[in-house]
Amino acid sequence: MAITKPAPQRVEPEGRHLNSPLLLTIVMLVLVLLQSPIRRALAAPVMQSWTTVFVAVMVQALPFLVLGVLLSAAIAVFVPPSFFARALPGRPALAVPVASAAGAVLPGCECASVPVAGALVRRGVTPAAALAFLLSAPAINPIVLTATAVAFPGNPEMVLARLVASLLVACAMGWLWLRLGRADWLKPPSHPSHDGQSKGEAFWGSVRHDVMHAGGFLVVGAMAAATLKAVAPESWLRAAAGNPVLSVLALAVLAVVLSICSEADAFVAASLSQFSLTARLTFLVVGPMIDLKLFAMQAGTFGRSFALRFAPATFALAVLVSVLTGWVIL
Amino acid sequence: MGDPVNRQAQSAVLFLLGASLLHAATTDLYLRYVKQGLRPLVLVSGAVLIAAAVATVWYERKRARSREKTHVHPEPRVAWLLVLPLLALILVAPPALGSYSATRTGTALQEPLAYPALPAADPLPLNLVDYAGRAVYDHGRTLTGRQVQLTGFLALDHDGTPYLVRMALNCCAADAQPVKVALTGEVPPVLQPDTWLRVTGTYTARRAEDPVNGGPIPFIEVTEAKPVPEPTDPYDESWNS
Repeated sequence: MAITKPAPQRVEPEGRHLNSPLLLTIVMLVLVLLQSPIRRALAAPVMQSWTTVFVAVMVQALPFLVLGVLLSAAIAVFVPPSFFARALPGRPALAVPVASAAGAVLPGCECASVPVAGALVRRGVTPAAALAFLLSAPAINPIVLTATAVAFPGNPEMVLARLVASLLVACAMGWLWLRLGRADWLKPPSHPSHDGQSKGEAFWGSVRHDVMHAGGFLVVGAMAAATLKAVAPESWLRAAAGNPVLSVLALAVLAVVLSICSEADAFVAASLSQFSLTARLTFLVVGPMIDLKLFAMQAGTFGRSFALRFAPATFALAVLVSVLTGWVIL
Repeated sequence: MGDPVNRQAQSAVLFLLGASLLHAATTDLYLRYVKQGLRPLVLVSGAVLIAAAVATVWYERKRARSREKTHVHPEPRVAWLLVLPLLALILVAPPALGSYSATRTGTALQEPLAYPALPAADPLPLNLVDYAGRAVYDHGRTLTGRQVQLTGFLALDHDGTPYLVRMALNCCAADAQPVKVALTGEVPPVLQPDTWLRVTGTYTARRAEDPVNGGPIPFIEVTEAKPVPEPTDPYDESWNS
């Protein structure tokens, strides 16, 4: 994708900054002038399918990102911090399960939950509870559970297993953060302070900031997901399906790589019928909690040193809990 | 370090991104990438992005007029990447997934819940996924003796087997999966992958195994194959209803 990468990635010496509107205009003009060579370069089937998947992930995720960004701006501007102090139990250990269960009310996929969790942390909610909410919301909301029931008509226990496993992982990660988490792993909030601004200005400022910020990282994640979808051959999966351990790990990794919206992943899991139900449950539990685009967005919102620790821990715990849940329920 | 993105550039990017979403959702372009049901959400988010762009410019001008000291927090350079999807949408507008993805992914045919009686038309236009489900899991009981008409695009396997394919979609093209029906009988002599065809034919008990995932692929005995334009919604969304 070297062709369409915008020029500002270049290193510019201090003091010679072009101003960015000018740069944007130049980049757009150059790209419009070069559009036929760009189209030709993208005409190869592999590039075409890459671009289609990339655009599809963006068009599908942006509405949910915008929903999350509006909610997060509303939380940041209109909800006083004292509300959360009253709504959540004072003891962090109790706030974690309450926040996990509250994830059921955010009807959307994982792109919406990252900015909302960021706003909760800035509003003084204990990070452990906000992180539990971040993990549970995309997996246990009614839309996602209904989709799961529709996708697995013969196995209604799949819905229960998904709900239980996702809640367990979200709570466990929250408690783990209480015991082991360190505040300095979290990036200090980069949000401009809203002091001296009208509510409207603060609201739209927050919307603009979150779309630009989380959106940029969403693009990184979408590019990674499109690359792997266009390049990695599916025959590897067939080889893994026979072995019970390998099949769980293969679908866990596939969930991370594909970065499918949590409202659609149940249908994909249903079609992976050569795999065991436990392996498919792992796919459904891991996907909404950690995938490439979520990792990029978490790194952008909470900082890289946080994401590098949080993501592997979530992955390991999600796999473990899914296997145990699958063993008990399925 | 490169340039951080300042407010004017940000509002330009937000505006263009919102406008390209509105453009995709008001034409049929969005159907190449996402399901029909997402249209209202895409429209609303496009409008919100444009509103955010307008609000940014408005507050910026108000601030400039009151000559307040501005403390600008420029966004990081990663925000520049938002230019990519809008360029891809406006300049390239990539086509819906076709034979390349179809031959690399195994057939996603699933057992239907029921086999409702078919109308009495002859030839009978039938959804490709519906035909495949009836042919494989009901052993063609509702199909025998009927002329059926299937629409899909052509894909050629490594050994040259022609398939008529429809990509089934649940949310967006990233989760689209092919359902394949192999062609036999009066297959056209020249086969160009990704051509949309309307095939008229009859049920045959012949089956093949998908080389990618071992899934079942039914055949259709072709009597006539006609090129047709790509349908407005290139994907099969019957799983959504």
